[in-house]
Amino acid sequence: MKKKFWKKFRDRLSGRIFFILALSTISALVVITVFIFVSGMPLIAEVGLFSFIFGMNWSPSQGQFGILPMIVGTVSVTLGAALIGIPVGICCSIFMAEFAPAKMQVIFRPAIQLLAGIPSVVYGFWGMIFIVPAISSNLGGLGMSILAGSIILGIMILPTIISISEVSIIALPRHYKEGALALGMTHWQTILRVQLPAAKSGIVAGVILGIGRAVGETMVVIMVLGNAVAMPESILDSVRTLTTNIGLEMGYASGAHQQALFATGIVLFVIIMILNITAQYITRKKVKK
Amino acid sequence: MRKPRKSKIETKALNLYYGDFHALGDINVDIPECAITAIIGPSGCGKSSLLRLFNRMNDLIPSARVEGEAFLDKEPIYGKSAYVVDVRKKIGMVFQKPNVFPMSIYDNIVIGPKSHGIKSRAEHDKIVETSLTQVALWDEVKDILRKPAQELSAGAQQRLCIARALAVNPEVILMDESCSALDPESTMKIEGLMLELAQKYTIIIVTHNMEQAIRVSDMSMFMMIDDKRIGRLVEYSSTSLMFSNPKDKRTEDYITGRFG
Ligand SMILES: Nc1ncnc2c1ncn2[C@@H]1O[C@H](COP(=O)(O)OP(=O)(O)OP(=O)(O)O)[C@@H](O)[C@H]1O
Ligand SMILES: [Mg+2]
Repeated sequence: MKKKFWKKFRDRLSGRIFFILALSTISALVVITVFIFVSGMPLIAEVGLFSFIFGMNWSPSQGQFGILPMIVGTVSVTLGAALIGIPVGICCSIFMAEFAPAKMQVIFRPAIQLLAGIPSVVYGFWGMIFIVPAISSNLGGLGMSILAGSIILGIMILPTIISISEVSIIALPRHYKEGALALGMTHWQTILRVQLPAAKSGIVAGVILGIGRAVGETMVVIMVLGNAVAMPESILDSVRTLTTNIGLEMGYASGAHQQALFATGIVLFVIIMILNITAQYITRKKVKK
Repeated sequence: MRKPRKSKIETKALNLYYGDFHALGDINVDIPECAITAIIGPSGCGKSSLLRLFNRMNDLIPSARVEGEAFLDKEPIYGKSAYVVDVRKKIGMVFQKPNVFPMSIYDNIVIGPKSHGIKSRAEHDKIVETSLTQVALWDEVKDILRKPAQELSAGAQQRLCIARALAVNPEVILMDESCSALDPESTMKIEGLMLELAQKYTIIIVTHNMEQAIRVSDMSMFMMIDDKRIGRLVEYSSTSLMFSNPKDKRTEDYITGRFG
C-alpha cells in the first residue's frame, strides 16, 4: 500500500520536474523575445516603423536610423548563399544517399560533419585570405563583397542542407523506390519523380535551416563583407548585414543608438520567424496533401 | 481449365546467389502465356527470390549474383543485349503490401506512362480511366482523383497498385503475396481481378494460401530447399494435377500439411 503511494508520488513528481524543465526552455525564449522587443520598440515607435525599415541613412550620431541598406545586405548575401548552397547541397545529398559506394560514404560523411564543426571565425579568416583577394584580382574591386560572403556562407550551410536532405531521402520507405523501378522507371526518374518529392518536406526543412543559419551568421560576414552602410549596386559591392550591424556597434552604443540596435534585432527576429513559419507551413501542407 | 498456351517466360539452369549463399539452384521452367502460374512452398525456399529474378529486382541487392538464362518471349532478360528498364516495363510487379506513392491517385497512375514519354494530358486522362476501370476502382475514385492515394483503404490501394502496373502496358504481372495483407473481401476482389486479367496478361503469383492457388491458378510450381539449403523447383504441373495427384512425395506432404 505504502509502496504504491511512493510509486505514484515519484511518478507524479518526475512528471512535474520534466514539465518545469520544459517550461524553462520556453521561458528562456519568452524572456529573450520580450527583452528584445521592450528594448527596441521605443525607438521604432519614435522613428516610425516605415522610416526605420525603409530609411536609407544609418548615422546614429545624427539620430538617423534607417536600416534598409542592411536589410538589402542580409537578403542579398543570404540569397547568394542559397543560390550556391542549395543546388550543391541537394546534389550532394542525392549522391550520398543513392550513388556513393559504401567505401566513399565512409570518407564523405565524417568530412561533411567536420565542415559543420569548423568555427565560423576560421571560415571568415579563410575567406579573407583566399576568396577576397581572388575576387579582387579576377573581378576587380576590393574583394570584400556580397559575392565573397555568398561563397563562404554557401559552403557553411552545406552540412545542414546535406545531412538533413540525405537523412530524409534515406529514411524513405524502400518500397517507394522498388515500386518506381518496377514500373520500368530509370534510376534518375525514380529519384526525381518519386524519391525527391516524397522527401520534399525534409529537404525544405534542411534548406530553411541552412538559410536561417546564413541569415544569423555574424562572424564571417563581419570579416568578408567590408561592412559599408550603403545600397549595393552589384555583387562586387561591400554591404553590411543586420547581424554585422549589431555585432560591430553594440560594444560602444548607448541611448537611442543602443535601442536602434535592439530594433535591428527585432527585424532579424521577425525574418527568422517568417522563415520558420514558412517551413512549417510547407511541411504541414505536404503532410495534409 | 484453360489449355496451357505458348511459352512466355522461360528459364534455363537459373541460379541465384546472395554472396556465398546459394539461394536458387538450377531452375528450369516454362511459364505459359495468358495464364496464372502460382509459386508455392515453405517459407524461405526462394519463391520471392525467383519472382524477383523475372523482372530483375534482385539487381538492387549488391550481393545478388545470377547464373543461367531467362527469357521473355525468347528474348534474354539477363545479359548484354537486355535492357533492364525494358524488361521491367514488360514485366510489372505488385508487392506484398500496397506501396502507393505519396501523391494523388491520378499521379500514381500516370507516373509510369510519363516516365516512358507519354506527355499529353488527354492520353494521361485516358490511361487513368482505363487502368482504374480494369481494376474496378474507377467508379469508386473518379471524383477524388486528386486526393492522396494513401487515404484509400488497403484493398483499394492494392488495386491502385495493380492499376499503376497496368498503366505502363505490361505483358506479365508478378504478384508476391499481394493479398496477404488484405481482408477476405478485398482478397476476393483481387482474385476476381486476376482471373479477368489473365485473359490478356501472363500472371505469376506467390502465395501461401493453398485455396487461393487452387481458386485462381492454372499452373503451379512447388519449391523447397534441399539438404544444402538450396531452393529447388520440386514439381511443376497444372494446378489441378498437383493438388489432386502430386507426383513428388515432398509436394504431397506439403500440400496435405497445409490443409491440416
Ligand atoms: N537480400 C538478401 N540477402 C541475403 N539473403 C537473402 C536475401 N533475400 C533473401 N535471402 C535468403 O534467400 C532465401 C530465400 O528467400 P525468399 O525471400 O526468396 O524466400 P520466400 O520463399 O519468398 O520466403 P517467404 O515465404 O517467407 O516469403 C532465404 O534463406 C533468405 O534468407
Ligand atoms: Mg517471399
